[in-house]
Amino acid sequence: MSRIHVAAASAALALLLASCSRPSSSPTRELKSQGQRKPAPNFSLKDADGNAVNLADYRGKVVLINFWATWCGPCEAEIPWFIEFEKKYKDQGFAVLGVSMDDDGWKSVRPYIASHKINYRIMIGSEVVSQQFGEIEALPTSFVLDREGRIASNHVGLVDKVDYQNEITKLLQDPKSVAIRDAGSSVLAGRMGAGVRAGQRP
Amino acid sequence: MLPLDLRPGYHVNSNTPSDEYLIPLRLTWNPGPLEATGFAFPQARMEKYSFSEKPLSVFTGDFQIVTHFKAPANAAPGPATLTGKLRYQACNNSMCLPPKTLDVSLQVEIVK
Repeated sequence: MSRIHVAAASAALALLLASCSRPSSSPTRELKSQGQRKPAPNFSLKDADGNAVNLADYRGKVVLINFWATWCGPCEAEIPWFIEFEKKYKDQGFAVLGVSMDDDGWKSVRPYIASHKINYRIMIGSEVVSQQFGEIEALPTSFVLDREGRIASNHVGLVDKVDYQNEITKLLQDPKSVAIRDAGSSVLAGRMGAGVRAGQRP
Repeated sequence: MLPLDLRPGYHVNSNTPSDEYLIPLRLTWNPGPLEATGFAFPQARMEKYSFSEKPLSVFTGDFQIVTHFKAPANAAPGPATLTGKLRYQACNNSMCLPPKTLDVSLQVEIVK
């Protein structure tokens, strides 16, 4: 009969879990000033119905882009808020876009959308999109865009619902930017005082 | 025995998470000179976090996973290296890190 002596446990492993990256939670709490805002990178991903979602098509709307995953508890906590925001502010020119980072894609995400009654568009993210947004290291990570498609705030980790709500309402009321409905579903951004008024084409 | 040390403030889901969407802690050993016959995980803690309405089944801090191995009768005596993978997914009270799979190894001496 053979016996086993453990000569050396995997020494490296003792520290491996601790060596995971540790992104800091960085709620901005306040919107970036106009001058600090940078354009959000464009992406094109398919939603659960197979329709293309191009971020550029949301120009003229305030958009909350939420990177999340079905295995992420803090992400789940935010979902009811986003459902509420989508209902409450949609008609004012607001949209939530959820970008799932689940490795197995729609297999996990589709039933999750149904069980959580998610009313906003969900897409499956990619490494490329993650990198475009500065390497998404932790979830949830969210970006709130102004009507001109610029990043007005970003949050890593769970933040208070009221913080999101304040940011969204401020951006929706921003007098410098108005949404102009095009003949189709797309909208364009214009500036009051620059020859553009709501309801007019630039 | 596999010693694990988790960064303070972080937890990993236990091997039996309390929600179907959560990713369990899982240790697997590759085929080698010894056969894994069972695992002993520590008692999971039911911890309540601000983001969850219900307590979650997690491991925190230092803990160990014990693997029971069987040496076949014809196992060659001498040193051997066992290799495997540890899959885990860690969170703290406000954010989660993507699931990771780590290579693990164990040096053993098979004695007749």
